[in-house]
Amino acid sequence: MKHSTRLITGVGALAVTALALAGCSSGGSTDSTDSADSGDLTPVTLQLQWFSQAQFAGYYAAVDQGFYEKEGLDVTILEGAADIVPIDVLTGGDADFAISWVPKVLGSIEQGAAVTDIAQIFERSGTTQISMKDENITTAADLKGKTVGSWGYGNEWELFAGMGKAGVNLADISLVSQAFDMNGFLAGDIQAAQAMTYNEYAQVLESVNPATGELFTPDELNVIDWNTEGTAMLQDAIWADSDRLADDADYADTAVKFIKASIEGWAYARDNPEEAATIVTESGSQLGESHQLWMTNEVNKLIWPSTSGVGTINQDQWDQTVEIAMDTPNETGATVITEEPPATAFSNEYVEKALAELKDEGVDVMGADFTPIEVTLKEGGE
Amino acid sequence: MTPTPARTSNSRAPRGNATLTRIGFGIGGILLLVVVWELYKALGPATGVMIGDLTILPRTTDLAMPHVWDMIGRLFEDGGTGRNAVPVWLAVLRASVFSLGVAAVGWVVGVVVGLALAVLMQRFRTAESAVLPWIILSQTVPLIAIAPLVRRWGSQIEFGDFSWENWMSVAVIASYLAFFPVSIGALRGLNSPDTIHVELFRSYGIGWWKTLFTLRFPASVPYLLPALRLAAANAVIGTVVAEVSIGLRGGIGRMIIEYAQQASGDPAKTWAPIFGAVAIGLVAAGFIALLGVLLRRYRRGESPA
Repeated sequence: MKHSTRLITGVGALAVTALALAGCSSGGSTDSTDSADSGDLTPVTLQLQWFSQAQFAGYYAAVDQGFYEKEGLDVTILEGAADIVPIDVLTGGDADFAISWVPKVLGSIEQGAAVTDIAQIFERSGTTQISMKDENITTAADLKGKTVGSWGYGNEWELFAGMGKAGVNLADISLVSQAFDMNGFLAGDIQAAQAMTYNEYAQVLESVNPATGELFTPDELNVIDWNTEGTAMLQDAIWADSDRLADDADYADTAVKFIKASIEGWAYARDNPEEAATIVTESGSQLGESHQLWMTNEVNKLIWPSTSGVGTINQDQWDQTVEIAMDTPNETGATVITEEPPATAFSNEYVEKALAELKDEGVDVMGADFTPIEVTLKEGGE
Repeated sequence: MTPTPARTSNSRAPRGNATLTRIGFGIGGILLLVVVWELYKALGPATGVMIGDLTILPRTTDLAMPHVWDMIGRLFEDGGTGRNAVPVWLAVLRASVFSLGVAAVGWVVGVVVGLALAVLMQRFRTAESAVLPWIILSQTVPLIAIAPLVRRWGSQIEFGDFSWENWMSVAVIASYLAFFPVSIGALRGLNSPDTIHVELFRSYGIGWWKTLFTLRFPASVPYLLPALRLAAANAVIGTVVAEVSIGLRGGIGRMIIEYAQQASGDPAKTWAPIFGAVAIGLVAAGFIALLGVLLRRYRRGESPA
């Protein structure tokens, strides 16, 4: 019996240590925003598509500035991650609204997900294909015979559509799978790399050019912008559960309030980019200060000035996105969708109500005189 | 009586030297790695070593292979500004402690479940035939497939004041990887006593439970310790991968991704959380070594691992 007592002591000691460690861990695990204890607020959860960063500045600003609370909402923001599909979280009932790109969701809709685009926050596409100046790649047609990078997973459609439009087949390029960082591009493995204006493009400008010993400058790069090539697809939109919109009047009402406060948050980010960037960093983003501000500014450019009021889904842009999703095959010959999405895939009903209320309150939802700020990137984005 | 202390003191002297030698070899190994890294960086071709189109050794640029002193120096600079204005080593240490805590919970749960399954399978032959195939099958499910599911199922659990937190999902995934070696190792260990010993217990009329605690568990220790070590390694890997998968904030897994996104402009920083992950692994291994010391009376016939 003496033996077993020792054994139990040993195991007991282990368990105590583990519990102590667990105690340390539970403190840092809250990834939601601080929620007010007021019982009158409607709890709302928003699922993002990635970690906290300025791409979502408007939502964080709306929490921080109390815009949601003013509408009677207690909003919790759930961050995304590598294997989190926002639409799955939304249809699974674990979030009330989700942020996602339209082409990524169209595939889910065709597979039966009942979700509706209730506000198209980003009107323009932030996806580009960048290359070093000496490669002379200025249009999609120039990609022929080059090593072209793409992240895949639904990020490749604008590129493929642009190439198709310019008569470049997939067989004409060598398609390379791109990583999180731009090291493959900087090392020369990728001649034309995929880059979001608000993220990877900045990563290159934060890196030292070994030839000059200085940071890369925009003059040293060529950028193919899918907005000007005519194959842009709609990106960040607010998605809601179609069935709940139809059956639950309270939810539909909450959707209007949520859009309204979110747009107010984006207007704040437009007028106060420095503060908005700080709010995002305070929410736990690890991105450097100048990178965060750059992202805020570039995201603003995707939203402002707005053609029909921020959040409005413009029919021509929607049609272009759907058309590309139906007609552009990828390297395996598959398309995003095979037939037109159902009418419930988007609705301007809620955003129009929200915009009307905002206009009554004097909020500028057009941003006609929006001018972006000048952001100087520092090495490593600090 | 006298020979015993004499023998101990005789054997202690060489053991002390042996420990020093081992520490020496450990430090030497790390130094060797540093020397090889810097030598290759200094002498290797900037474009890397290639056979045909296949790169077999990396590029030697500062982007691909930062200097060792840059990586260490970066640890003592701030990670960022504002909220992130703490030295990188401190941020990494906090993240490591967090991940270690989650991994430890996963390890404990995994060990308890693994031991329980082993005892069940030892007791009932039917249970062994029924459960063992499932235990093996369970390890063929890819982690990235179950991680988001566990998070979503977990988020629906709520009773009373208890609500499921995301770190618990990560711990569950860690335990999912950790229980496997324990259940297999413990089953072998529990079945390891000689038939003659089992029959002696039976002839004295000693019950199954007492046989379990006084004969089978002590006899299983040599099999259990390597299993626990594997479980610890699995729990750490499971924690880091699950953190990446579901994006749990605060741990080393997420830090790896966040710093990797800055890899182009700040290549040395990317290595900091990797050092942290190595440190977690070392602490976990040290923990099991300590456990081995506690259980040294039972480690007869175990070949040193």
